[in-house]
Amino acid sequence: MRPKIVHGYMKKKLKLKREGFNTLPYIIFAILTLCTLILCVCLGSVNIPIKDVFRAIYSAIFAKPVPEGIAYSVIVSVRLPRVLSVALVGISLSICGAAMQGLLKNPLAEGSTLGVSSGASLGAVLAIAFGISIPNIPLAGTMVMALIFAFASLILILSLSYRLDFSLSTNTIILMGVVFSMFANSIISLAITFAADKVKHITFWTMGSLAGSTYTNVIILFAVLMVFGGIILRFSTELNAFAIGEDNARNIGVNIKRVKLLILFSVSAIIGVCVSIGGTIGFVGLVVPHITRMLVSANHKKLFPAVIFTGAIFLMLSDLLARTLLSPLELPIGVVTSFVGSIVFVIIFYKNRKKS
Amino acid sequence: MLKAHSITVKVQEKTLIDGVGFTLNAGEWLMIVGRNGAGKSTLVNAVSQKLNYEGIFEYDGVDIKRFKPAEFVKRIGVMKQGLSVDYSFTVGEVVKMGRYAYSQGLFSTLSKKDEEMIEYALNVCGLSDIANQSILTLSGGELQRTFLAQLFALDPNILVLDEPTSHLDITFQKQLFDLISDWLKHEGKAVITVVHDLSLAKAYGTHTLLLSKGRAVAFGETEEVLTKANLEEAYGLDVYSLMNELLGKWGE
Repeated sequence: MRPKIVHGYMKKKLKLKREGFNTLPYIIFAILTLCTLILCVCLGSVNIPIKDVFRAIYSAIFAKPVPEGIAYSVIVSVRLPRVLSVALVGISLSICGAAMQGLLKNPLAEGSTLGVSSGASLGAVLAIAFGISIPNIPLAGTMVMALIFAFASLILILSLSYRLDFSLSTNTIILMGVVFSMFANSIISLAITFAADKVKHITFWTMGSLAGSTYTNVIILFAVLMVFGGIILRFSTELNAFAIGEDNARNIGVNIKRVKLLILFSVSAIIGVCVSIGGTIGFVGLVVPHITRMLVSANHKKLFPAVIFTGAIFLMLSDLLARTLLSPLELPIGVVTSFVGSIVFVIIFYKNRKKS
Repeated sequence: MLKAHSITVKVQEKTLIDGVGFTLNAGEWLMIVGRNGAGKSTLVNAVSQKLNYEGIFEYDGVDIKRFKPAEFVKRIGVMKQGLSVDYSFTVGEVVKMGRYAYSQGLFSTLSKKDEEMIEYALNVCGLSDIANQSILTLSGGELQRTFLAQLFALDPNILVLDEPTSHLDITFQKQLFDLISDWLKHEGKAVITVVHDLSLAKAYGTHTLLLSKGRAVAFGETEEVLTKANLEEAYGLDVYSLMNELLGKWGE
């Protein structure tokens, strides 16, 4: 039932950009990511030649005898799991940031806007301060507490928002998230006052660090990212509509409540796991999606695939700086991400403004 | 097609609309007019399911609350006022989103019909030349036409437009209203528009709902609603004399 009458306009063929995207930038991103990964495994307190890195990884994968004279254990059991964890956390935080910025139509949003990451930190800090642990599994107490608190805070925030505002409007969610974060942070401060002997440990946690990551961490991060990251990516089209406006999403037929709840839930799951493994690493989820949006597009179908690479690169390089800058002293990664991220962001922002 | 039975909207104990009803049949163009705060936009928000309301909207005898979102917008398509954008999407991308209800999912591709409708919508709204331009660089009128094009791409049975001409120059106003008149000639279509310009309401509306302070002053065929007495009740002003005086300035 296509209307035939066209008023006062010449009907002409359109040159709309094709839906399928240009793959070249993504190939470049992928190569850069791989180079960064290798670089980060090579460099550190002990610098290892690339050749040795490849030989060590090769022999580890194919269960060949360990070649002599190579810092085999440094590569395979320390650096590689750490770099992989860092890359996965980088991807996770960036995807969550991009999703929240789109969903809430707010360029200042990120995964922690919801308050879940503060909740998870609170759980971890309580575990450290009061020595809550699970027998026989080192560090498991912190992780489990972080996860429990992440989900408890999500449920608390959503149910409070829901009671306040039936339609779960963006502003209500942001407001509840910010208030809850403040509340959680105040209790963290309180816990620090009571556990003065563990201040250093706690501070390090709240600033974020992925030192001592294991392959178990890598597997957990990867699995969570596949499941919940997959759900988020599945809603790319809907996120585009939300990024234009919630009214617009409603007017084109998006099931607002369902999509919103699923995305918020997925973001919380990913953030909860990330915090439980690496502490709160700030600024990544805010700045990486912004930079990527300027480089690629605001369209989530193109943004998400790019963010996977940029998020990994950004956090791997930040982690590299954190462990090499003042070596042998190691900086919390959150310090580096905020410091470097803000400078990089301002530079790109200005360049972009000048162009247009 | 659409029947509204005693719609009442209360927000924080304040009654914004009080027992308003109307009927809309295929081929009709309903104008909603009234002063600021009369409840025009609230009524649109109620129809679009953004606000909770008492009463019932019936579409072909079915309560519209029972439609799923994607099915709903194929029947009743809404465009709101006060549009603002933050992210750099292109005009084409925004218009393309109008086809969401027909092809959901990440990997769904556009059908031939989808592409035809997108192209048609861009053409009639005069956006073909700027289809690849970022929406952040558009003027208010161009932005409004972009969202109109999105709605035309969606092609619902009932168009609900909240002040569609508020940012449009007089040429586009006329083009838009002529365009809607033509669109309305197709079978099974109807239009509801909120307008401030009473002359437009008079010229194009087959029916009119005159609101004042949340209540319907009158509803019916436009000629019978926009009478001297009704307008004076709703606007507290002798609208007829004013219009004659203003438009009289344009005498040859």
